[in-house]
Amino acid sequence: MFAIDYHDQGTPAPAAAGAPVTVEIDGQAISVPAGTSLMRAAALAGIAVPKLCATDTLKAFGSCRLCLVEIEGRKGYPASCTTLAEAGMKVRTQSQHLSRLRRGVIDLYVSDHPLECATCAADGHCELQSMAAQVGVTESSYAPGAVHRPLEVDRSNPYFQFDPQLCIVCSRCVRACDDIQGTFALTVQGRGFDSKIVASEGQPFLASECVSCGACVESCPTAALSEKSLTIGRERTHAVTTTCAYCGVGCSFSAEVGGTSEAPQVVRMVPNRNGDANHGHACVKGRFAYGYAMHPDRQLKPMIRAKIEDPWQEVSWAEAIAHAASEIRRIQARYGRDSVGGITSSRCTNEETFLVQKLVRAALGTNNVDTCARVCHSPTGYGLKSTLGESAGTQAFTSVAEADVILVIGANPTDGHPVFASQMKRRLREGAKLIVIDPRAIGLVRSPHIEADVHLQLRPGTNVAVLNALAHVIVTEGLTREPYVAERCELPSYQRWKAFVSEARNAPEALAEATGVAPELVRRAARLYATGGNGAIYYGLGVTEHSQGSTAVMALANLAMATGNLGREGVGVNPLRGQNNVQGSCDMGSFPHEFSGYRHVSDPQVRGLFEQAWGVSLDPEPGLRIPNMFEAALDGTFRAMYVQGEDFVQSDPDTHHVTSAMAAMECVIVQDLFLNETAKFAHVFLPGSSFLEKDGTFTNAERRISRIRQVMPPRAGYADWEVTLLLSRALGYPMDYRHPSEIMDEIARLTPTFSAVSYEKLDRLGSIQWPCNEAAPEGTPTMHVGQFVRGKGRFYMTEYVPTSERVNSRFPLILTTGRILSQYNVGAQTRRTDNVVWHAEDVLEIHPHDAEARGIAEGDWVGLTSRTGETVLRAQVSARIAPGVVYTTFHFPQTQANVVTTENSDWATNCPEYKVTAVQVVRITQAEAWRARAAQERSAARPRDAVHA
Amino acid sequence: MNIELLVKMANEISEFFATESPPAQAAEDVALHLRRFWEPRMRRQIIAHARATGGAGLSELARRAVETLAAAPPEPA
Repeated sequence: MFAIDYHDQGTPAPAAAGAPVTVEIDGQAISVPAGTSLMRAAALAGIAVPKLCATDTLKAFGSCRLCLVEIEGRKGYPASCTTLAEAGMKVRTQSQHLSRLRRGVIDLYVSDHPLECATCAADGHCELQSMAAQVGVTESSYAPGAVHRPLEVDRSNPYFQFDPQLCIVCSRCVRACDDIQGTFALTVQGRGFDSKIVASEGQPFLASECVSCGACVESCPTAALSEKSLTIGRERTHAVTTTCAYCGVGCSFSAEVGGTSEAPQVVRMVPNRNGDANHGHACVKGRFAYGYAMHPDRQLKPMIRAKIEDPWQEVSWAEAIAHAASEIRRIQARYGRDSVGGITSSRCTNEETFLVQKLVRAALGTNNVDTCARVCHSPTGYGLKSTLGESAGTQAFTSVAEADVILVIGANPTDGHPVFASQMKRRLREGAKLIVIDPRAIGLVRSPHIEADVHLQLRPGTNVAVLNALAHVIVTEGLTREPYVAERCELPSYQRWKAFVSEARNAPEALAEATGVAPELVRRAARLYATGGNGAIYYGLGVTEHSQGSTAVMALANLAMATGNLGREGVGVNPLRGQNNVQGSCDMGSFPHEFSGYRHVSDPQVRGLFEQAWGVSLDPEPGLRIPNMFEAALDGTFRAMYVQGEDFVQSDPDTHHVTSAMAAMECVIVQDLFLNETAKFAHVFLPGSSFLEKDGTFTNAERRISRIRQVMPPRAGYADWEVTLLLSRALGYPMDYRHPSEIMDEIARLTPTFSAVSYEKLDRLGSIQWPCNEAAPEGTPTMHVGQFVRGKGRFYMTEYVPTSERVNSRFPLILTTGRILSQYNVGAQTRRTDNVVWHAEDVLEIHPHDAEARGIAEGDWVGLTSRTGETVLRAQVSARIAPGVVYTTFHFPQTQANVVTTENSDWATNCPEYKVTAVQVVRITQAEAWRARAAQERSAARPRDAVHA
Repeated sequence: MNIELLVKMANEISEFFATESPPAQAAEDVALHLRRFWEPRMRRQIIAHARATGGAGLSELARRAVETLAAAPPEPA
């Protein structure tokens, strides 16, 4: 069922719009691009041709025979969905004969469809109901006969149901699953009267291959596939266009709202077909898993306590804010200005993060501000800024449609960025080649109609070695694009890099022992990337979260420059950002060394701009990064922090070290939706707002700024940006904004890459990709066109340095971590939704050989031990992972996977090395006893975590 | 702060610039990195460590970089 505010055009716009052609439809002349269907041309002229099997996100199918039209000079009644507009055509969409034909079609449909519209979830929005009314059919003229009822309703999926009695077998759901999502989970089984929609091999939806993206539900013209939230009679009064708060794809949604004006309720989320990032598609998280916003675990009252061992005491906002401010000032007075700091969140809006860093720099007078991007994509910022000149991905998502060779490294798009993965899979089905570089056989390696041409299943920690080997082949086999490099790059750096990668020690054969990858596969991948046409690189945390994360990002940029794969559609170096606003939180000056727009705090000219705007002197020295803050806390020189929307006790590595540091703090202020793991160490809790309660903007992985619009008032009384204002005022630094749009206006005044951004323009254009300034007033979909942002692209030397985290006889396996489709990050949101039916706990993937050697069977409890800690989880025996490597997720605090990860980090940015931890795995029988012992051992401080007062 | 960790970090930074920068420039580049990304108390601590121990645990390049850092204009307290 479409969004209640959507007007369908029947068929998609032509992929490559040709010259305009003019047709006459019902006496009205209309010009449309060549390749446009008559149905779409009519819709664009405001003429709705009856239809059931057509919708504008799917290719025309021509099966329902309802959209027949008459064309002057032609025989018969062609379907307007499959007939393209031609110059001079004269078309009639209404005539007595057409009405008769359509009534006949609808009569047949309703003869086998329950006519209990008043009690149906789709009442008022059902296309069959609407078409029947349009052609004047109120009941079937056929005598009672065989019908498809009663049939059992499949309610197995937690979010939607399938009622086969309401199905008209238009096949829109099947086509949506195939063409939009690319999962191919649905099919039409049987012929004629026996034809029916089935999931997988006739299984319940929950047990099938269905990934619950909801594309079938959105495309269903009746209530055969419908959200359960609609079946309980919740009326929708209006829709609000907003942006998803999960991954970095940043899907646009229409939040359909019911309830009362005092207590509005989201009835369903419908992906916005005009959304520039998602084009009407969604995933199981964004579309369905929004219930956490109303979860009873939400803490809606401010709270304070003197010590973390004390019980919480609910207080008024005024008291909580006053207490927080007074504690910060007390600590600064006693321990110095730089004994405090703040953390911004990639789950918060641009405006919120900008305010928090402003509060820290201007009100607290220190640059001790950092963001959770520290632990994910900080190497992206460093690596891309160094080589290309800008700390951001180079392309729009739509660019993938022009790619000929897609290289995916250290990313698992079908789980982590599923909506973009669907766009990528569509291109792969069209014939683009695929190179996957990953220790696991991720979903893209082999899935319906997709198979990687090359999978380099490298050992964790050897990305740089593999990338150098690829470069070696490209350079030594003469596959570089010399004219491109000569024109656009710094030649001395290029010559040095060429000589370096050409050295025999960087050959695939020389590095095979370290990487575990067969040299001939590396050579095949290199040749494919360099010579296969447009080469596009997509990468994720499997690249950045290493001791050489920044080096690997540079190595990717080197490859793209050397092969001329930057600066146009279909190519590029594209970080897939984990959280919804990772890009934005970095853009907004959340890092301790730079202001918004990635300008260093030591630059007197830039600092002067901010000092003038903010009316204070600003520190010219970089502040502490998150891991430095923990070290300083243990050292006794860092005593208070304001944490907005981040749970680093669960998400950051070496949990014991983090908790020791947190316990050493005198004042921790946590602003969040829930009492998360970090809040266990807090002294002040300020209730946060969910994305449904926010007004502001998010910036996704393609630099796209999109509006978040408030669907309901903040449940705790204040929006997050207002809470920061309260705190700042209490600290003696009032910041006066009446609306987040005014914060964006300030961001635009102070940030060259945002200088032409405004809410008015965002509302007008839908979204904007920065840079958006005088030179690019409507934004920049593709970066580095013509020349790189830094002028000439710079090649960096990328010597492979093995991580210090090595396997040995005590810890013989390498643990690497990742995420799963149904859960998100530390799970604070998704664990509080029905998504737990798919993934209720973290499990440890282990190769059958490693499992057998340890006597481990599927589902066994296993103890996972590293040199930093140990935890317990269930084993999943899987050949997706290579021998010698184990894999888990970090979504559940019960598992606390980061207990075992180490303090190793990227050399340039301190991004933790989550992806490489030497571990041992043993089968255990007493999970609880093991867990208790591990907890006890964790609580015993290690020497490194001793607190120095 | 944990000086062992700071030494480890300085050595890792130096490992990158050892191949990235020309030999005569490498120490300067490592020092610049420390100046741009390390908070002053971290810089003070590694300088103090180098002075007190002659650079124990630091690689040769990291030690020279810390010397270069120490020779730069005085940092704010």
